[in-house]
Amino acid sequence: MAKRDGGTQETGTRNNQGANLARTEASSELLRELVAHLRQNRTQLREEWVSRIAETRLLTAMTKEEIFAEATSVYDSYVEALETETFEALQAYARNLSERIIPRGVETHEVVGIVLLLRDVLARSLFAKYQTDFKKLNRILDAYEPAANRIANTVAISFVQERERVIRQQQEAIRELSTPVLQVRERLLILPIIGVIDPQRARQLTEQLLRGIRTNRAKVVVIDITGVAAMDATVANHLVQTVEASRLLGATVIVTGLSPEIAQTLVTIGVDLGKMNTVGDLQGGIEQAERLLGYKVVPSAEPR
Amino acid sequence: MEVPILKQGEFLIATFQAALSDADLNHLRIGLIQQVVRFRSRGVIVDVTAMDVMDSFASRTLREIAHIIRLRGAETVIVGIQPEVAFAMVQLGLTLEGVATALDLEEGLAYLNEKFKTTN
Amino acid sequence: MPAEEVEVAISSDQDIVLARQKGRVMAIELGFSSGDATLIATAISELARNILSYARNGKIVIRRMQGPSRVGIQVVASDKGPGIRDVDQALRDGFSTSGSLGLGLPGVRRLMDEFGITSQPGQGTTVVVKKWRQ
Repeated sequence: MAKRDGGTQETGTRNNQGANLARTEASSELLRELVAHLRQNRTQLREEWVSRIAETRLLTAMTKEEIFAEATSVYDSYVEALETETFEALQAYARNLSERIIPRGVETHEVVGIVLLLRDVLARSLFAKYQTDFKKLNRILDAYEPAANRIANTVAISFVQERERVIRQQQEAIRELSTPVLQVRERLLILPIIGVIDPQRARQLTEQLLRGIRTNRAKVVVIDITGVAAMDATVANHLVQTVEASRLLGATVIVTGLSPEIAQTLVTIGVDLGKMNTVGDLQGGIEQAERLLGYKVVPSAEPR
Repeated sequence: MEVPILKQGEFLIATFQAALSDADLNHLRIGLIQQVVRFRSRGVIVDVTAMDVMDSFASRTLREIAHIIRLRGAETVIVGIQPEVAFAMVQLGLTLEGVATALDLEEGLAYLNEKFKTTN
Repeated sequence: MPAEEVEVAISSDQDIVLARQKGRVMAIELGFSSGDATLIATAISELARNILSYARNGKIVIRRMQGPSRVGIQVVASDKGPGIRDVDQALRDGFSTSGSLGLGLPGVRRLMDEFGITSQPGQGTTVVVKKWRQ
């Protein structure tokens, strides 16, 4: 690199830094000016926006009245965010709004669409106002655009996050509905486990069982592992933890269908099988459970 | 932080709140044992439904409470451990071994009543 | 945006409660399930407790993690206390049913997805644990 280039660049940078500082101060002032304009013309601009929304057929899930009511709040939040150059209030509002409209079936592209429409309606109004002063228009837009884009971003992200949260909740609900925990009698739950269990599924089953104990007020749980071929140490530990956690909820666990191999795994990880309540098969386990329920005092609640 | 201790016949019911510091737990332990002595209670139910976290100190405190109360000839039962809390506890290896547990207040009372019916 | 990072100084037993409450709040804000938030809060409680017991003071920093396609939470528990002489031994305690054996580090490791520790006698201890949202 020639010295000349280096010299020019240095000077250029210094100048740019100065220019940047000046531009930031001017930006704030310009923002204040355009915020005032947006406030003055609030009614008219809002109406224009709402009719554009109707034109483009967005938010079809909502009535005209609902759209108008929300539009007012959105408009005001938008202008406030421009004015304060802070976005927390907007974010909180966006999340709140999302919570309301997601159950109505409003989709992401609609929300993004209406925010961009507002951005454009306001931009056009700025064109109209400053069209005679081209330089000023440029400066106004320089101040407006980054802020407007940030607003659009903020609202879109809030909506998407809220949507993801709702979807997760729904998935959780579905998982709950498909729980394999069965209530066969009052205070008695059966958890038949079949096939291969990895640590994640084991954990899911434990959580479902514990919730099931609480919901059904179970005092005895029969965990049947006849259908489980093998268990590694990690999953075996989960089984032990399930038994211990169930006891903390006041329930006794009977493990049935313990194969010699799994029994060996348990012994290897240090489980005292004498302390674990095991019965050969599921039927025997249920019978023992009923015997336990026949007596009010549950033995494992006794202090050791 | 005040922990309400209610007398119910021969039993005491202590309801733990969330966010109890170590100092709070210590005060609670002392207060509860004083009450057991004062009322000659035969059973104590400690309701931890509101506790959103049970760590090693809380667990140790509960076991100590149960131990001391047993030395006075009374029985303790811990009720209301939340499923999530129970899960976290066993991950940490906190099993409250040696302490009776029941699902909730109703089950706790049933347990104590049954216990005294059979020992009487 | 929810807070990116929260720091809690640990020097009293109330700080233990504060740290775990802040941890729970951040976990929920990051979208963790209530169950996972409990695991995280419990881990924080134990780590803060260790700081108090062995170093008398230190700090807990709870941070949001952003992976390429997932979000997580990181907890850094650090102190300038006496340090751990034999870290391997501390990690090998196995399942302690009394819950009062030593530092309970194996327990904390089970609660979280990732676990790391550096400790030198006389130079303090830093434990870093992480959990990713499912």
